[in-house]
Amino acid sequence: MKKINKVKIKINGKNRLIDPKMSLKTLLSLEKVPIEKVAVELNQNIIDKKKINQIKLKAKDKLEIVHFIGGG
Amino acid sequence: MVRVKDHLKISNKIFNSRLIVGTGKYKNFTECAKAIKASGAQIVTVAVRRVNIFDKKKPLLMDYIDPKKITYLPNTAGCFTSNEALRTLRLAREIGGWRLVKLEVLGDKKTLFPDMIETLKSTEVLTKEGFKVMVYCSDDPLMAKRLENVGAAAIMPLAAPIGSGLGILNQTNIKIIRSKTKLPLIIDAGLGQASDASIAMELGCDGVLINTAIAKANNPIKMAEAMKFAVIAGRKSFLSGRIKKYIYGKASSPKKGVI
Repeated sequence: MKKINKVKIKINGKNRLIDPKMSLKTLLSLEKVPIEKVAVELNQNIIDKKKINQIKLKAKDKLEIVHFIGGG
Repeated sequence: MVRVKDHLKISNKIFNSRLIVGTGKYKNFTECAKAIKASGAQIVTVAVRRVNIFDKKKPLLMDYIDPKKITYLPNTAGCFTSNEALRTLRLAREIGGWRLVKLEVLGDKKTLFPDMIETLKSTEVLTKEGFKVMVYCSDDPLMAKRLENVGAAAIMPLAAPIGSGLGILNQTNIKIIRSKTKLPLIIDAGLGQASDASIAMELGCDGVLINTAIAKANNPIKMAEAMKFAVIAGRKSFLSGRIKKYIYGKASSPKKGVI
């Protein structure tokens, strides 16, 4: 059986192992992120949420997923 | 003469309430939602932070305060540089198309005073990108004018340091800023009690933004309601035109017919 080498990425500052070439959309749905309530940044670039299906993640990618919380 | 209803207008958006409230520092979202309802506010400030992807059961602000009913005003609270603030508001826009935003670039951790150089730079960049920027600023009339010149949507000088509850420390400056700008002027930060909100409105401000004074009151919901009435009272008082001050007494009853 062929062994799949997972790749390491960072989500909100924490390490995470994912399957190689996983799409951003797949990852967000695996993480149960409510896409309509968040914004996503990949390596400091803001991602157009309509295009998350086309984006394939690779090793060392840095993702930031943010939303609104209570604030002054 | 057509009687124009008195309302708050910020960059072509009309609001009936002149009170903007923050959503931070409450015990929980339920208390926050109740306080917002009691305050009558139609705009609430919100912060942009990382999603907690490891605790998916954590409640979300949007589940308690419906952004379709209440205008969310994304805020850059906690940003200390122009770049951080720009990054935060660009992300906020991506969450759901927010363009009306509150810019806050802090310069000092102890006083939380704004860094006005970074604030001015950011206002200019954001305005060029199509944002409508409501700007937290110092109570310096010259700086307020410069913000207006680079396209700010509203001027929001502090009354006193954020969360201090000291009330308006420099009423004269607020009056001067009022006389120099037609932009919405909103007192942001430092108010402590309902009478402070009334004073802000009596100085001619268009609105007030309050978080800590409500959220940290013993009874936040009652204080939210007090703030609502204080803003209304202050506004009506301002519009009514107060009497002149005299140092001697002026009798209220006529002298004629005294027995």
